[in-house]
Amino acid sequence: MKLKNLTIKKTHEGLSKKEFSAVELANAYLEKIEKEDKNINSFLTVCKDLALSQAKEIDKKIERGQEISLLAGAPGAIKDIILVAGVKCTAGSKILENYIAPYDATCIKRLKDNGIIILGKTNMDEFAMGSSTENSAFGVTKNPIDLTRVPGGSSGGSTAAVAADFCLFALGSETGGSIRQPASFCGVVGLKPTYGAVSRYGLIDFASSLDQIGPITKTVEDCKIVFNIIKGKDPLDSTSVESKVSSSTLRGVAGDSKLRVAGLRIGVPKEYFIEGTDPEVIKLVKRAIKKYEENGAKVEEISLPHTEYALSCYYIIAPSEASANLARYDGIKYGFSKTRNQESRIKNLLDIYLESRGEGFGEEVRRRIMLGTYALSSGYYEAYYVRAQKVRTLIKKDFDKAFEKVDVIFTPTSPTPAFKLGEKTKDPLQMYLSDIFTAPVNLAELPAISIPCGNVGELPVGLQIIGKPFEEEKIMDIAQIFEKGYS
Amino acid sequence: MISKEEVQHVAQLARLGLKEKEIVKMQKELSAILDYIEKLKEVDISNVDFFASSGKLKNIVREDKSKEAEKSKKLLDLAPDEKGGYLKVKQIL
Repeated sequence: MKLKNLTIKKTHEGLSKKEFSAVELANAYLEKIEKEDKNINSFLTVCKDLALSQAKEIDKKIERGQEISLLAGAPGAIKDIILVAGVKCTAGSKILENYIAPYDATCIKRLKDNGIIILGKTNMDEFAMGSSTENSAFGVTKNPIDLTRVPGGSSGGSTAAVAADFCLFALGSETGGSIRQPASFCGVVGLKPTYGAVSRYGLIDFASSLDQIGPITKTVEDCKIVFNIIKGKDPLDSTSVESKVSSSTLRGVAGDSKLRVAGLRIGVPKEYFIEGTDPEVIKLVKRAIKKYEENGAKVEEISLPHTEYALSCYYIIAPSEASANLARYDGIKYGFSKTRNQESRIKNLLDIYLESRGEGFGEEVRRRIMLGTYALSSGYYEAYYVRAQKVRTLIKKDFDKAFEKVDVIFTPTSPTPAFKLGEKTKDPLQMYLSDIFTAPVNLAELPAISIPCGNVGELPVGLQIIGKPFEEEKIMDIAQIFEKGYS
Repeated sequence: MISKEEVQHVAQLARLGLKEKEIVKMQKELSAILDYIEKLKEVDISNVDFFASSGKLKNIVREDKSKEAEKSKKLLDLAPDEKGGYLKVKQIL
């Protein structure tokens, strides 16, 4: 069975035409994971029994001649920060190493209703804090394209699993670039929806004003299919919004489904093509932009003047919100709990907090909790948190202003292709700089997709396409044009 | 630059038990990060509002009615120390 060439539609056809069964397909993926994932470490938990029982249900439907949905039988991998009922969910952390999810996340419920097969939970940077998946308490994930390099992060397990054909599609999550950056490092498609487009119910919180779940796939079409199932208002998430599908202006006259680029106004922000970005990356991204221009798009240089402040802004806001969200890991309600230690110094409630959290959280998580607590503490709140939220307004206004003149914005996803394992672990700030082109988008709550646009040597490079709020359909259409004809 | 005392104070606020070596390392790392973040002071925020989400978000309300929670048992099963439907904690009084 050629897993490499499968897409969601091809899988659906194959199952409908009885070329293979859902159980055979699930087993093909499970066997591949068993054989090859030891070299990559993309999965933390493989749900063999769950997957096969789900597959059997789909096969029964097919046998009875029942209609099956487009995603029925499609094997997916889920980032271990999204709850799947009855399955261990660790968020890549020791503090949740034995936590069994008591319920399904809304996006999981919706996908299960459409018949997906859940192969397992993927590795990630602890509590989604990181850009390389090296902060996992359960070992690093390697980039399948070059095993000496990182897959990116924090959704590195998911992007590696898709790249290695360990699953047909995956779910990841974003706060500052954690879907797009690893997607670009692994040569796959990754979509960060508009803030509020996808329910966060069942997503383990990192930063509540930034977090979003999104699909990671091999093709843009697959990305559309998964996004259409997980998106939409959820009564269990008050920040979720029903995104009205804006009919993509790329389609011609009603009925004409051919996507056109003529007249599309593409903005290229000068602040994203600066010193420090790999010149080979710039070359590939500029070449991609040229292709659109040759086919009738209007390319215009724009300015997003507050770009240089986005990273500082992000590294106040995200850790601040994280320090509040991670207060729940107290060794009392669930998770790792230290009620005694060698020196028997745990005498009271405070000691339980100090010991459980001190030991259960990894270095990066502790660093960010400290940063956030400091930024929110009395005497510093105005100077740091309030200031950062005001700068955030200016960053958003930059995009709003730009979108008056252009329809979409094109940039590199990351300043470099995948870096080597261990290359950036000594200096936290160096690691933070990987998010330089992705974090502004999260701050502005906008949708963005990363698609492969070429390689530097063997290493994939991602093109980032940023759209106006709730224009996921449009940016995916634009991405599809590149995928189908320009690459 | 953040002082060692400040690091200890913040660690206490954050309920993080840091060992001596970790406090020293944290001080160095946080100082470097805070130095980078100083950049934000360059921005003129004199007439700028605190960030407000896109405008599509509004307060969602529901009836103030209680429902039977089906998940209760599953949630209690996850607690490290539980007794009779209550979470057990160390003595606080």
